[in-house]
Formats: sequence, C-alpha cells, structure tokens
Amino acid sequence: MAYDSILIANRGEIAVRIAGTARSLGYRTVAVYSDADAEALHVLACDEAVHIGPADPSASYLNAEAILEAARRSGAGAVHPGYGFLSENPGFARAVQEAGLVWIGPPADAIEAMGDKARSKARMEEAGVPCVPGFRGDTGDAALIEAAEAVGYPLLVKASAGGGGRGMRAVRTPDDLAGAIAAARAEAANAFGDDTLLLERLVEDARHVEVQVFADAHGHVVHLFERDCSVQRRHQKVVEEAPCPTIAPGVRERMGEAACAAARAVGYVGAGTVEFLLAGDDFYFLEMNTRLQVEHPVTEEVTGLDLVELQLAVAAGEELPFAQEDLVLGGHAIEARLYAEDPSRGYLPQPGDVLAWEPPPGVRVDHGLRSPGQIPASYDPMVAKLIAWGPDRETARRLLLRALEETVLAGVRTNRALLTAVLRHDDFVSGAVSTRWLDAHPELQVTDGAVPVEAAVGAWLGVTGGDGFRLSHRGARPRAFAVDGERVVVQVESRDGAATVNGTAVTLRGAGVRRRLRVDGHERAAQVVQDGDAVLVRMGGAESRVAPWVPDPTATSDAADGTVRMPMAGKVLSVEVTIGQAVTADTVVARVEAMKLETPLVAGVDGEVTEVLVDAGDAVAAGGVLVVVG
Amino acid sequence: MTVLRSRVTEDATFRARRESMLALVDEIRTLEAGVLANAERARGKFDKRGQLMPRERVEALLDPGAPFVELSTLAGYKMHDDDGERGLAGGGNIVGVGFVRGVRVLVNASEAAIKGGSVAPMGLRKSLRAQEIALRERLPVVSLIESGGANLLYQSEIFVDGGRVFANMARLSAAGIPQVTVVHGSSTAGGAYIPGLSDYVIAVRDRAKVFLAGPPLVKAALGEDADEEELGGALMHATVAGTAEYLAEDDAHALALARDVVAALDWNRSLGHEELAAPEEPRFSPDQLCGVVPTDAREPYDVLEVIARIVDGSRFLPFKPGFGAETVCGHARIDGRSVGILGNNGPIFPQGSVKAAQFIQLCEQAGLPLLFLMNTTGYMVGREAEQAGAVKHGAKMIQAVATATVPKITIVLGGAYGAGNYGMCGRAYDPDFLFAWPTAKVAVMGGEQAATVMKIITKAKFARKGLPLVEEALDAMAAELRDTLDAQTTALYASARVWDDGIIDPRDTRRVVSFCLATCSEARRRTLRPNTFGVARG
Repeated sequence: MAYDSILIANRGEIAVRIAGTARSLGYRTVAVYSDADAEALHVLACDEAVHIGPADPSASYLNAEAILEAARRSGAGAVHPGYGFLSENPGFARAVQEAGLVWIGPPADAIEAMGDKARSKARMEEAGVPCVPGFRGDTGDAALIEAAEAVGYPLLVKASAGGGGRGMRAVRTPDDLAGAIAAARAEAANAFGDDTLLLERLVEDARHVEVQVFADAHGHVVHLFERDCSVQRRHQKVVEEAPCPTIAPGVRERMGEAACAAARAVGYVGAGTVEFLLAGDDFYFLEMNTRLQVEHPVTEEVTGLDLVELQLAVAAGEELPFAQEDLVLGGHAIEARLYAEDPSRGYLPQPGDVLAWEPPPGVRVDHGLRSPGQIPASYDPMVAKLIAWGPDRETARRLLLRALEETVLAGVRTNRALLTAVLRHDDFVSGAVSTRWLDAHPELQVTDGAVPVEAAVGAWLGVTGGDGFRLSHRGARPRAFAVDGERVVVQVESRDGAATVNGTAVTLRGAGVRRRLRVDGHERAAQVVQDGDAVLVRMGGAESRVAPWVPDPTATSDAADGTVRMPMAGKVLSVEVTIGQAVTADTVVARVEAMKLETPLVAGVDGEVTEVLVDAGDAVAAGGVLVVVG
Repeated sequence: MTVLRSRVTEDATFRARRESMLALVDEIRTLEAGVLANAERARGKFDKRGQLMPRERVEALLDPGAPFVELSTLAGYKMHDDDGERGLAGGGNIVGVGFVRGVRVLVNASEAAIKGGSVAPMGLRKSLRAQEIALRERLPVVSLIESGGANLLYQSEIFVDGGRVFANMARLSAAGIPQVTVVHGSSTAGGAYIPGLSDYVIAVRDRAKVFLAGPPLVKAALGEDADEEELGGALMHATVAGTAEYLAEDDAHALALARDVVAALDWNRSLGHEELAAPEEPRFSPDQLCGVVPTDAREPYDVLEVIARIVDGSRFLPFKPGFGAETVCGHARIDGRSVGILGNNGPIFPQGSVKAAQFIQLCEQAGLPLLFLMNTTGYMVGREAEQAGAVKHGAKMIQAVATATVPKITIVLGGAYGAGNYGMCGRAYDPDFLFAWPTAKVAVMGGEQAATVMKIITKAKFARKGLPLVEEALDAMAAELRDTLDAQTTALYASARVWDDGIIDPRDTRRVVSFCLATCSEARRRTLRPNTFGVARG
C-alpha cells in the first residue's frame, strides 16, 4: 500500500533517525511531541509536528488515541512506531490499520505471538528453534532423574511455583542430583506450599547474541547476521557490536537459519530481532523483539543497508531487494550508548539542561539532543549512540574510544567513563565477555576523574577571557575558586593571555568548545564550556567545574532571628507563651491588633522563649520587641 | 600606515636595561605587597566577625575574569602616618575601575583591615580623584564602606576639603550618575553622609553603623542612653530611618545585592554602538618595553621604539616627521581605536611646539583621543630657541592641550620637567587618566640643574655685593638642594601625592591605555539624565 507521509510515533534519537531516512526518500514526516518535548530535536527533524499531551508518557507517547488523532490532523499515511512506547503493542498496530493507515511494523498477530514468553518458547520448539533444554512434568523424583540426562548438565532444579531463588539448586554432576531434588522439594513445599519441580539447563558464561531478520509480505525471510550485546549493566545493554567477535562461522549460519525459522513460524513481516544465548557453539532462543532495535545501526554499518529504508519499502508492500546470498558482512562496528546518568549515584538518570552538545567527528552519531537543550525527566536517559565502523574490530574500538573522548556533552553527568573503561578493558579487547561480565566488574563503573586544579583554573582564566587583569597588586595573588564545589585557593598570575596557576604555566589555545590546553609544556585536547560564571573543563577523560568562589549568603534578609517584633504600631491582644516554654518556628507567641486587623505572630525559629517583654493590652510601636526566642 | 621598524635587539644593553627596569617595577610591587601584608594581619579579626576582607569584598563585587584597573595603590606613601612599612596603607582605600555585571563602574572600598580604614589626607585626595573620574567618565560608583572616619591627627588637612566628597556626591547624583553604597561596618559622624548621599544603600545586619554621634557623644550632649543599634544599626536604617534600601545578612549577601542593583540600572542600554577596527597585536612584543627604555634619564632612546610596542600592528602614521622632529606626532590604533600620539625625543623646540599644537587641534577637529608619551626635559631654551619664538609657540601648545576636549591619556615615561610637563598634558591639564612608569621624574627641573643654577646665581650675588664666598659652603648648599629635589622627583614621591593615577609596569602600557580609551569612549557615547538637585533620599 503506497503512502507518502509518515507519522513517527516516538521521540528522541530514534525519531530523528527515522525522519532522516524518510525525508531523504521524499516522505513527508510528522513528529509528535509532549509538553516536555516542545523544543526537542525530533520536532525540528520532521516537516511537521503535532502536540499529543503532557510529559507523562502514558498521556502522550503511550496514548494511542492521541497519536491516531495526530495522524488524522496531519493527514499522515503511515505510522512508524520506533522502539519502545507502542512499538510492540498489537492493539495499537491493529488500531493504526483500522484507521486506514499503513503500519510500519510486523503484523499484530506476530507481535502477539512473540509477546508471551512461555507461549513463544513452545512455538519455537515446535519450529525447531533451539531453546534452553528443560523438563516440566514432575511426577516424582524418578521422573526428574530420568529426564535430567536429556536436559544435560549443569542444570537447575527449580520450584515450579518459585521465584527469588528459593527452591532452586544448581546441579553440576548426576551424583548430586538426588540430593538437590530432595532439598529443593523441601524448600519449595515450605516456601510455596507446592513441591512441584522443573529442570532447566544452566547456561553459564553465555553471550547475548541476536540476529537481525527481515521479512517481506511475499514470503521472503532473510537474516542480516548477528549482533553481540553481551556488555550489559543490570540487563541494560551498554556496548553492542557486529559481528559477534567469538562466533564460529558455522554457528553463525545455524543461528541465522534458526532466526529465519523463528520469523517464519509467526508469519513475520518487517524488521525483527531474534535473541539467543550463545555458550560455546550452543545457542538458545531467548525471545524475539518485533521492532527495530536500539542497536540496529551496527548491523547497518557492517551490511551497508538502511534498515529504516527497508522497513518503509516492506510496509509499502515491496519485495526485499536482495536474497540471503547477496548479503555480505563488511568490517566491524561497535556502538556505545551514551546515557545521561550519574555513575556516582547508582547511575540515576540525570535529566536537566545540556549546556553544550557537539557530536564527535569521524563516527556515526544517532542522537536527539540540541545544544543547548534539555533532557526531560520523563523518558529514557539514553541520549545518543556512537557507532564506529572499522575494517577490523580493533580499528572500530579505537575510533569509538576517541569519539567518546571528543564528544562534547556538558551540563549533565553521563556513563561515558564506564563506556571508555569497558572499551579499554583487556577482556573486551580479547572478546572474552559474557552477559554477567560487566556486573562482575564493579571497578569499571567509574565516574569521571577531576581535572588537576591548575589546569582547570587555567582553563577558566582562558575562557573567561578574562585573565582577570590587574594593574596592581598582581604578582601571584591568591584567588578562591570553587572546583567541583570545593573551595580551592590558588596562586594566580596572569599577563597577556598567559597565566600561571600555583606556578604552573597554563595556556588555553584555540576557540570554541574544543580547544587545546597547554599545561607546563604538555598540550592536550580539552573541552571548555562556559556556564555563567563557571567553566566546565574536560581533559584526558577527566572533568571539572570551576567557578569563582562566592560565599553563600547565609539567609535572606527577612530571615527570622528569634526576635518577634511588632509589625506595625498597635496593641497586644494576648501573649501565648511564657518564659522557658519550648516553641517551634510555627508556634504563635502573641496576637496583636493593628489597623483593626488581628494578627497572630509566630516564633519564626525553633527554641525556647527567653524573654517576654509585653503583656496583653500594651500598646507597642512598630518594630517593638514582644518576645525573644533563644 | 607605516609599519615601524625596531633597531632594538635583545643584546647586553637591552638585558641590562631590562634588569634595571624590572628592579624598579619590583620595588613598586614589593611596596604593594606590603600593603597587602599589612591588611592580612587583620584577617583573624575579620574572620571572627564573619566578615570578608576588604579586597575579598572587591573581588566578590567585580565580575570574575574582567579587568580591574586599580588606581593610586601607593597614595600617601611615607606621608602622615604612613611610614612606608607597617603603616603602609595605600591611602586607606582601594579605588579602581572595574566591571560589575558587565557595567564599567568606579569602585571605592575602605581598606578597613589597615587602621580600621581611617582616612588620611592622601586617602581623601584619592577619593576626590575617584569622584572626578566617575563624573568625567560617567561611571556608576560603588562604595564599600567600613571606616573609622578621618584621622583626627590630620584633621587640619582633611576637614575643609573633605566636605568636597559630599558635595561631589550630590553633584554626581544630579549629573545622573548612580551611586551604590554598601555599608559593611562603621560609617559614622561625617562618614554617615556617604550612605546619606548615596542613591542606593545596602547595609549589613549587625555590622553597619550609620549615625552622626555614637552612644558616648549622645550621652554627653543629651544625657540620653542609646545603643549603637538604635542609633544607626542596619535593621534600624532599613526599617525605621529609611537610610538603607536593602538589608543584607552578611558581606557576601550585601555584595550580591550590590551586583543586582548595578545590573538593575541597565546602565549599558543607552550606550551607543562603537564601530571599531579589528584589533591587532603589535609586531614587537610589549614585553620588550622594559629593555627598550633606559632607567638612566641621561641615556637617549627613540620614543618610536615605545610606540612600536604599544600600537596595533606597530603601524604608525608620522605627522610632519621632518619638521620639529624631536616632538613626535602621529596617528595609530590601539585595540582598534584610532588615537593621536605625541611623544618626545628630547626637549620641545619651537617647531615641535607648533607642530604639536596643530596636531592636537587636528585631533580635536576629528574627535580623536590623544595619547601623550611624556619624556621631556622641557621646552628648549637658549638664544636661538627664544628668538624663534619658544615662548609664544610653547604657549600655543599649552593652549591646545588645555582646551582640547577629546579624551586625553598621559603616560609619563621619564622626564616630566618644567613647562614640558604642561605642554605634554601633565596632571594640571586634566588628562582623563595619567599613569607613570617607575622611571617618571616630575619636577620643575632636575636636581643637578637646580643646584648649578643656584650656584651661579649665588656666586653672582656675592660678587655683586663684594662678599667673600666659601666654595665648600656653596657646594654643600648646592648638594642639599640637589638631593632635596632629586628626592622629590621620583615616581614614588609623585604617586604618593596622587599626582598620577598610579605607577605601572611598562609592559602593561598598551593594555592600560586601551582600557582607558575604552573607558573614555564609553563616557562620550553615554547619554546621562541629569537633574538639578540629585536624587533625594526617602
């Protein structure tokens, strides 16, 4: 079904990325945006944009009605859901089609079929896709012991009703099986009141390897090779690559065929990803993602294809323009996901103001950022993907490292230090990682270090232009700076653009954000971003914020000081406290009348009443002290 | 424009000159450091009271990174109670031109860490000069006050002229120039009129004291018992008397408020645009200036070597270079601003006088600022010069300088002797700014010359009266005169008396001149809203 305009029911980098391809192919593009995204990049990336509701995703990007209304208003002919949000919602897929629009995604039935883990696994087993071997059908210990041989070791004995690790035992040799079954059964009975057990192969040290598949409506199904997404922090993919660095060629072929079989089994059309666990040469079906994946660019880089372009063609009813044998792998691509997260606070998302954003040169960067701009609190904190391609893995890795270092993203904390630590680690270099690798290496979960004070202050002097020229009393004078919030006093001497800080010569060269900082004769690339009086300095993987130190005003001028005064001339109606009485800031200490208005007066501070200077009925001038709280 | 050439190489002479000049600069810097050290002794007291040190107040007030041109740092040096060592105070205040929220302002802060910020005669002169600059350059004034008031030992040199400070405040307000005052501590008796006459007053709670008479005097005069807070505390002034507009919790808060007040003036909104050529660094480094100019006044040098290290691209358009060559005139740019420069390569001859007069008038006609690089022993004397009309031609030059209304900036490089001081726009000719190099010599004539003249006259007098002359006695008298004059001819002697706005490192010349030119340019582009009375305090 032909269409010439597309509504992109998503936001951030993926909306921008889809719009890029769609526009280049002549499609009119329509963005949708929530209140939080009114100024977002994806709005500008499209020809049109329609407001769909408040920041809360449930009221906007997950609000099918609002999105369909936006499509109607804008006259869009098709809907691309991106990933996340409504992309794997069969109800939405149907609603789009019922509204007479083209759905750029797989059939709703296929989404549904893969949506339920247990059912999809059964269906895959039927289709001959390898799944983690297991046994359900506990008719007694003997049955389990008999089945164990087929399941294979090591295996897990698990409570059927289980969870939380209770009633679970890992068994490495047949000798230990009987004992494990007895223990697990007792524990399961205790914990769940149901001692039914099941067996499952324990897959250890597995890699997460997934296969990109593509199917058209004419029965063609191909795979675009695999991606390795083993580097995960708490199940969140961090670094992905294509191809998998350790997969054997035969295994690649078998896995690709299994993935195509999985797609065929559910009548799949469009782009999909079949995820496997790979342990040695064995692989097991995990699940199928019925959408475009976040990490699809690595596949694009090694195949030279544009997956969004293919999605649009397939949705329009076209045949895939190639057969499996036409596809070749070229080179190696690695993607790093840049998250706005604070590593020092458990990778808490860091919404906020982006002071400066400049993607690095030399690599592909998919992002949804503006400079300056905002990262809204309501959505995923992944703000950019850096994708490096090289003829070989090492080149791609080096390019990605440099790109990460050259990325300017100032104002928010990021996981950048984690990414570079991963890319530099020997295990990653050699390819020896599993899905549990990163979580087993907490030392990689680092935050950016601090720039040496001399360099940081020198950069501040350079940026603010501003060498703080002094005609007199110059020499090296002590100046107080707040470096990363800490008060630091340094000896600064400056003349004609050159400065020494604590005796170290520091010169900032160049212009703009990416500059070079020469510290004691060693020149390095540095990023400097001005934020009001402050400057953010980034150099050598370290980052610091420098500002002139200004003492914090202790309080506002109308701060309570414990002396309760008459607000204007008037009469005391009552005194509500006595000397020695403990009061809080809110305690009413007296009631007064002035200009016919009765006013209760509160203590203003917590403490004890130390003085009561008036009685009820007294006339007091404005500012007269009534009560003192100490 | 011609690109100037330099004959200077960094040879032994250069190095010797440089070393000698740097020693002089170092002397100034050491004295300035002495002022800081004296203030530093009071740090404990300030810390205990939760106060910022006066210089910290200034830094917290000013825009970080922006220049601050401090003036007359050695005012009062070795005068009155300033012994040049532990009494060294820089006049008892910190005065300069800097930026607050992007607005060029004049700052005058009490040096409360030295002798409680009490005012000595030269400190008063420094304040008066500051007001003169504010009025002339249309700069809002920010005063940071904490002062014990006038030093009563020197009241005879302070009291009468001191009244001028208040008169000037009224006139500044009337001229349309806002004055913001932060009262950090005492500002009592006469000092109370400083906040009283300010347009905006910020008082620091529990520290500011503004009253005409303190508790003892009130008790003596009226028998009334009153404490300082009642008579002049910040809270009282903010809520009862209305002398303060803003009540601050502490020094830092007060300075943040002062910054807000200055920002609220929106002072730069009416500042007309200035079309500037792209600035260009001189081809010869200003850093070489110390090696270019000898510290011994008798050694000659070419002022063009100085100009080459000050002006954009070292480009200079000499004006009548073949006529009155000893008086150098010409056009150049400094940081993109066109300027007429006058310099000396020796005494001013009659030809040089008329050439200078003409050049000054041409700059006046074109509205170009004038930069005087003064180094002259004076106007040429002798039969030939007098007969060539030295007096009347010199008078023309003095007339032209005195009446020119364009910005005038004078740098005293060396000799500022005799009427040459006048013709080259000395202090009495009211240049907008006047700075001295450490080699400056300001006097009616050199000590040696004066001694020789005195000997000749005395000998003639004795001869006329037929009296016997004791040569040794005459020599002793001559030596004494020479030494007295020489001692009064140093840069420090002049700077202590606020005959200049400060002694500068020669290497800063371009920067300082540029700053001054920008200041003058701003002033002349600014439209004020004068009134007849000044703003009356509510």
